[in-house]
Amino acid sequence: MKKKILWRLILIGVTLILAVVFFLPNTPAFQYMPEWWQKNMPNKGIVLGLDLQGGLHLVFEVEGDKSVEITTERYASALKELITKKNLTADVNVSGLNITISPPNTEIRKVVEDNYPVLAPVETGSRLVYRISDKEMSRIKDNAVDQALETIRNRIDQFGVSEPTIHRQGENEIVVQLPGVKDPKRAIDLIGKTAQLEFKIVDDDTKVAAELPQSISAGDEENLLKQFAEKIPPDDEILFEKKVNKETGVVRKIPLILKKQAALTGDLLSDAKVNIDTRFSEPYVSISFNAVGAKLFEEVTGANVKKRLAIILDNTVYSAPVIQEKISGGNAQITGSFTMEEAKDLSIVLRAGALPAPMKMLQNVTVGPSLGRDSIEAGKMAGIIGTLAVVLFMIFYYRFSGVIADFALLLNIILLLGAMASLNATLTMPGIAGIILAIGMAVDSNVLMFERMRDELRAGKTPRSAVDSGYDKAFWTIFDSHVTTLITAAVLFQFGTGPIKGFAVTLSLGVAINLFTALIGTKSVFDIINIKRELKKLSI
Amino acid sequence: MIELIKNPNINFLGKRYIAFVFSGILVIIGILAIVQIATGRANLGIDFAGGTAIQFKFEKPVVLHDIRIALENGGLKDFDLQDLPTENKILIRVKKEEHELGQVSDSVTNILSQKFPDNKYVVDSTTVIGPKVGGRLRADAAKAVAVAVIGILIYIAFRFQFKFGVGATIATFHDVLAVLGLFYLMGREINLILVTALLTVAGYSLTDTVVVFDRIRENLKIKQRESVEAVMNSSINEVLSRTIITSTTVLLTSIALFFFGGEVLHDFSLAMIMGVIVGTYSSIFVASPLVLVWGGKRPFAKK
Repeated sequence: MKKKILWRLILIGVTLILAVVFFLPNTPAFQYMPEWWQKNMPNKGIVLGLDLQGGLHLVFEVEGDKSVEITTERYASALKELITKKNLTADVNVSGLNITISPPNTEIRKVVEDNYPVLAPVETGSRLVYRISDKEMSRIKDNAVDQALETIRNRIDQFGVSEPTIHRQGENEIVVQLPGVKDPKRAIDLIGKTAQLEFKIVDDDTKVAAELPQSISAGDEENLLKQFAEKIPPDDEILFEKKVNKETGVVRKIPLILKKQAALTGDLLSDAKVNIDTRFSEPYVSISFNAVGAKLFEEVTGANVKKRLAIILDNTVYSAPVIQEKISGGNAQITGSFTMEEAKDLSIVLRAGALPAPMKMLQNVTVGPSLGRDSIEAGKMAGIIGTLAVVLFMIFYYRFSGVIADFALLLNIILLLGAMASLNATLTMPGIAGIILAIGMAVDSNVLMFERMRDELRAGKTPRSAVDSGYDKAFWTIFDSHVTTLITAAVLFQFGTGPIKGFAVTLSLGVAINLFTALIGTKSVFDIINIKRELKKLSI
Repeated sequence: MIELIKNPNINFLGKRYIAFVFSGILVIIGILAIVQIATGRANLGIDFAGGTAIQFKFEKPVVLHDIRIALENGGLKDFDLQDLPTENKILIRVKKEEHELGQVSDSVTNILSQKFPDNKYVVDSTTVIGPKVGGRLRADAAKAVAVAVIGILIYIAFRFQFKFGVGATIATFHDVLAVLGLFYLMGREINLILVTALLTVAGYSLTDTVVVFDRIRENLKIKQRESVEAVMNSSINEVLSRTIITSTTVLLTSIALFFFGGEVLHDFSLAMIMGVIVGTYSSIFVASPLVLVWGGKRPFAKK
């Protein structure tokens, strides 16, 4: 008997010490610990969820279809070149995902199918229609998500966020969690920007160019495009440059007619840096091309002297300077009345590269740091008051036995915090509610036992046997009632989102630990008392 | 020894028909709430319905009406406003996201900075949920409830006889529906955190029911000569003080959460408070009577 109690006490002591060691990093005491302790002992503790420390939780959908369209266009233009190279004549057109080639002939068919096995024929009658095969399509989409993930990771690294979480979810979604970000809007822009940099020649020679208005007010773009849809040459397109009047803040849009085919794209960049224009003390981004890009840039500028070259990011023209002479060396500048922050972010996205396809934001949950702090304070307050109320109630109702139950409750709280810290579990606001509810439910096991003991005492048993049989009889009831709560907690964990998962974790840990403290903790206290001297009367 | 009631001997099962009528009303309200939710007429939170919610904390007190007018003049449609005047906080919710996600929050912050230039604010939180995510969260919540019910049914059926399982599950359902119905009647928001609270209520009320059933099972073995109804009645009376005390301690913590736990947990704790009360009632007045009505007189022999 004595030995059994001793073992139980050792078990309680060890778990208690472990709990304290694990939870220490969450207390101010941790910073006073010696250095070897801080280094080698558990030093992470309970992690605060985004809702408590503030931060962003973003879910994006990568529009894989766009990436397939882009690839289709690339195949089409490569095909066009190939056909010309082989001295064949054919019209190659792209509409959506279809590449149409006419007139059809077996020679061209052979060229296409030999060189591009990923193109599957859709139509082979009066014209040839090809489409990227389904298998290749899903590969491209899948690849786009992976590439986007990598690009976002790069951008965030350069932006400088501590402990970001970036992962893929399901087929085409990316989840980004950024704790403690001060300027959420800037972070969202930085991540979500496709950053497709293109250089296109301005087609000022075409007749339509003269008909375009100088500038239009923001919002009228659609109308203008509709108006000119029929007039512009098939190889051209209209894009807009944004001009903001610094004094009035009025935004005007300048339409530009451009060659659709990009002369150069951002994937040929080797670096991008922020510089300050000394004359206007305005920041701009200077970019350098890699070897291939530099050569191409030299060719393009050489062939188009006196024409304008538009610098386009995500279909918005930033500037369209006139090419004065052939530019070698592979350096260029992007100006556009940026603020310092904008210029810095632009250089980051250019360095990190473009997203393979645009992304759509599906979800954005942003919590400011002050709300998080308020929540923690409120949670502490509610926890302390709730615990005190339960503690006092138990003493009031069960007297000395109530004190024992309260001791078990305290043990329960410490072990729960320790267990959470040992798992580096994430504490969320609903998680705090879970802890507080667990405190309310924790005494249930003791209540069940105490009521049984009272029954036994009423039946005329001695205190010692009342304690023993009270425990035995209550055991299965306690067990059953805990399992039912665990079932719902498990379900919540499985189906819940972040904050609710936190709730499920604290509640289920609380319930499981409760089983331990009630069956081992409280019982030991009663046994110790009983060994010292047989109780005549049980204060219950 | 302090005792709530000395040797209680209340004929709970005798009042079962009154209880059935009362519970029937609660359940009907709950079902009505579900129908309204399914047809989109209930006050769904943006996590289920999709949309934008932004909470602002101003430096100085604000008048809700001024903000409403400012936003309306700024061209914002279909929004509701809520305030926490003690902390100068306002919550703006815009359902039905017609624009690109994120634009609503930009235009709201722009309007507020322009119209209230001398009352600075911080954005406490922004939540933007696209329709796709909203649909998924709805489906997940429904799945969670279904899986929880099945899990509970299986466990109870495994530990008890099947009819006890059915009784316990119906009683649990009753509690969830009752709280949901009350929330609906009060016009409060049906959101993810409420579903969490409902599942917690389910777990808690089931615990209560299990304790009663445990005692009934035990007593059925001992008192084979007595009628099932009498055994049930005495069992409920025996565990009555435990039921009330446990509910009291959980209520104490839920009330502490309600008053001190902050705005995030306000509705959660309200649902817990209602759930604990309804759950306690149902484990006494609903679960056992259901088993009695369903199970007939005596196929209750031991298992």
